[in-house]
Amino acid sequence: MRRLGEYLIFLWKMFSNRESFSTYLKLFFQECVTIGINSLFLIGFVSLFVGAVIALQMAYNIVSPLLPKYIIGLATREMMILEMAPTLSAIVFAGKVGSQIAGGIGTMRITEQIDALEVMGINSASYLVLPKIFAGMVMLPALAVLSGALGIWGGWLATIFGDLSPVEDYIYGIQNQFVAFEVPFAIIKAFVFGFIVTSISAFKGYNVKGGALEVGRASTEAVTTSCIAILAADFILADTLLS
Amino acid sequence: MIEIKNIQKTFQGKTVLSDISATFEQGKTNMIIGASGTGKSVLLKTIVGLFEPDAGSVFYDGRDFHQSNRKEQKIIRSEIGMLFQGSALFDSLTVADNVRFPLNVHSKMSESEKDDRVNTCLKRVGLEQAANKMPSEISGGMQKRVGIARAIVMKSQYLFCDEPNSGLDPQTAWMIDQLIHEITDEFNLTTVIVSHDMNSVMEIGEYIMFMYQGLKIWEGNKDTILDAEPKELRDFLFSNKLVRTFKGMQ
Repeated sequence: MRRLGEYLIFLWKMFSNRESFSTYLKLFFQECVTIGINSLFLIGFVSLFVGAVIALQMAYNIVSPLLPKYIIGLATREMMILEMAPTLSAIVFAGKVGSQIAGGIGTMRITEQIDALEVMGINSASYLVLPKIFAGMVMLPALAVLSGALGIWGGWLATIFGDLSPVEDYIYGIQNQFVAFEVPFAIIKAFVFGFIVTSISAFKGYNVKGGALEVGRASTEAVTTSCIAILAADFILADTLLS
Repeated sequence: MIEIKNIQKTFQGKTVLSDISATFEQGKTNMIIGASGTGKSVLLKTIVGLFEPDAGSVFYDGRDFHQSNRKEQKIIRSEIGMLFQGSALFDSLTVADNVRFPLNVHSKMSESEKDDRVNTCLKRVGLEQAANKMPSEISGGMQKRVGIARAIVMKSQYLFCDEPNSGLDPQTAWMIDQLIHEITDEFNLTTVIVSHDMNSVMEIGEYIMFMYQGLKIWEGNKDTILDAEPKELRDFLFSNKLVRTFKGMQ
């Protein structure tokens, strides 16, 4: 509970005594590149293969001739959009970007760079963290949309090259019984996960005390805590928005 | 001039600073000395506002820093330059951008005026050739000089240095001492240096305050320190063989 209180105070500190809008805007675009564009390849790669594996495993599990083959496409679409694209992207994002944020800010803390900002009269929490949080909340939903598309494409490739079903069945499956709300639902989830990963990782890094060992520990804690928080938020959002 | 009055600071029940008062005059290199763990750096960080004192006040030319509102504190902070123990240069910025950083925060100069000011400061510390290098590409002594350039770029009135010689060879340390001393004279700064390097103390200590276990034990200057009475100070001073030899020669 004490850590939760410290986390909330940390969030409050970011929004008090802010810098100028132009300062944040410049940093925001830099962070979008650092934490968003630089994660494109990894998340794209993972999503493509996850989609392909879902299609393969669905085909493997359809043993009854009574089940239509288009279920492969339908299941791949449902799993990618509802769960894999936002949640898996967020977990990969936590591993890559979360550790990077905690390590970077933690190193700034132990090398007195944060103190240097404070001496200059800059609200270091706000200056360093706020652009990262907003970049995370914008870029992770974008990455989740891309992840969903690539996952479904991965399933399509697996269907063709694995000869799982006629391609027309797969195409029919990804269109059949489509619920449009699932896309904004996935985007909302990614938006929340983006906040969770960036704010928790920044909090862990910002509060490092000690040396290199503690920075490493903070990076690990940033990833594990983010992953736990993502899964908890995933459950709450699904329960709230889908029921 | 900086005045500190009855500063007290406690961490988790342990008193680190106990009723410290002192006056650091303008145009002088004021030094806070003492063994490791005596509270020198905590005092410096309290003076610059990184720590809030439990009791006491810090006055910058009569302005009470800790009682000032955010806007007033920001004005005082724009007049402060600080050289950190490990230089604290921003890893992701070039040398020139590090020096330029305070101007981007506080100044309304045009870009070309900022360029000129950065070049002047880098030239003053002899590093105009290193402007486009990254901090990781230059030596520790050069990083300290960049730190000094960043500290004076705003035409600061107050310069704080936390262990400016740590990790440097004697020749480079001497050069940094001289640079700080020259800059203090040239810009009529109020300079406060935390150090435990007796070579620095004897070179540039125009006002010296000795701390022991969170208390101010003695104050004076480099001409009077060798004759100081307190046992704690004498133990600190004469643990250095060079100082013992120097004292014997007098």
